[in-house]
Amino acid sequence: MLDDFLVRAALAGAGTAAATGPLGAFVVWRRMAYFGDATAHAAILGVAVALASGLPVMAGTLLVALAMAATVSGLAGRGWAMDTTLGVLAHSALAAGVVAVSFLPGVRVDLTALLFGDILAVSAGDLAVIWTGALAVLALLAWRWSALVTATLDADLAHAAGIDPDRERLVLTLALAVTVAVALKVIGALLIAAMLIVPAAAARAVAQSPEGMALLAAVIGAGAALAGLALSWRLDTPAGPSVIVCAAAAFVLSLAAGRLRRG
Amino acid sequence: MTAPRLIEARGLTVRRGAATVLDGVDFRIAAGEIVTVVGPNGSGKSTLLRALLGIQPLAAGSVTRRPGLRVGYVPQKLAVDRTMPLTARRLLSLPRRLSATQTAAALARVGLPAGVADRQVADLSGGQLQRVLLARALAGGPEILVLDEPTQGLDQTGKAAFYRLIEDIRRETGCAVLMVSHELHVVMAASDRVVCLNGHVCCEGAPQVVSAAPEYRALFGPGTQGSLALYRHVHDHAHDDAHDHAHGPAQDRPRRAEADGGSGCAAAGARTDA
Repeated sequence: MLDDFLVRAALAGAGTAAATGPLGAFVVWRRMAYFGDATAHAAILGVAVALASGLPVMAGTLLVALAMAATVSGLAGRGWAMDTTLGVLAHSALAAGVVAVSFLPGVRVDLTALLFGDILAVSAGDLAVIWTGALAVLALLAWRWSALVTATLDADLAHAAGIDPDRERLVLTLALAVTVAVALKVIGALLIAAMLIVPAAAARAVAQSPEGMALLAAVIGAGAALAGLALSWRLDTPAGPSVIVCAAAAFVLSLAAGRLRRG
Repeated sequence: MTAPRLIEARGLTVRRGAATVLDGVDFRIAAGEIVTVVGPNGSGKSTLLRALLGIQPLAAGSVTRRPGLRVGYVPQKLAVDRTMPLTARRLLSLPRRLSATQTAAALARVGLPAGVADRQVADLSGGQLQRVLLARALAGGPEILVLDEPTQGLDQTGKAAFYRLIEDIRRETGCAVLMVSHELHVVMAASDRVVCLNGHVCCEGAPQVVSAAPEYRALFGPGTQGSLALYRHVHDHAHDDAHDHAHGPAQDRPRRAEADGGSGCAAAGARTDA
């Protein structure tokens, strides 16, 4: 069954959505959209570092994404005006990554695949990495769930209940870096943040609880991945962007549904 | 006071950048005690709460909390808005899950109807959210309740009702109450002590309970049932910086109306000197 590239693509999309859905809910709640962007864009630099140093691509991506996420998280902890700083970091990381890749001697890198993903080229090995990473992220979030939600709600409230908000932020930072490394192949550096935010935003309109929103975001993300693949297969459109187009359609639909239900 | 100290601070100093927010503050609160901290905006009240809870790093001094102290914290407002779907029921169960029975009991204790449990937090009024947060804090069986400006946005009657609730809770559970208020002169009548803060402790003392006087009713209106009291500031020093207290021996000169809660102060002078 895994011999079929479409099946592998579908499984890769579902695995990515399983991680980006619940994590995306936190990105929305904590207004970390730019944070996701900066970390995702840094992944390209990670690919360049990996290719230059002979590390596995996954390891290079993970390391650089982690370094970027830690930098941004550290800045946020100091109460900086984040908008501009994150904008600078996110776009510089992207540009620096693309420039660095172009410097690599004798390596032909498919830049489009880095930016928009190459879900149709996912191998069985990639699939194993994607699902391992996704399950690790899910396990981490499930383990810390109550503390994470409390710390997201109010840092002082969490502190008074014996929860260290800084530690919980570190958990999210780690989860974000792993997710970026996992999703790079599937959806590409430019659209990872979209995969985090769009399904979670779509889930918000109809969800009644934090848990419901996280679960629904994963389901919507997986649905968008399958629908995007189908769209790509039928109309020969690029796969990654097609997935995000389907997620955006889900967002519009759920807004309408939420509106209808509230009357 | 023979009751054991729950939290004690000595020479507590907090700096933010070059500014000294709190300077050598000594503070203590004992089991079962109600302490109200008043001060103008920017006087470091919230910083003091955060420092006492161990959230705010100190530049100097020390804070000692009794080991294993159970704190029920009621924040002024929640940082999260409509991006997180959250019912009152779910909020009550953060971070420790309550059973349906416990949830109903917690809401009933703070005078909210059971139906509030399934409403979204974002749809609650300010007063309702305040009570849900109080119910959440009480559910943990706290030895001390810490409330950050709990009556902000409530009218006089609403404030009085909230203070009565806190008073009842203290009587039932014996928990200490540490409350911060930006109202300088009208405080909770049940306060054992009022601490006036403005970067340092300006003065402290007991509130004057004047609810028996007919003028009390004229001031606060009916329905407050003696839960509000006046606090008379007796400051023996002056500040160089802009400070909205009238300092100096209070007996010597008439009090001026002040920027923050001015009318209450003027009335306090008139009333309590009578």
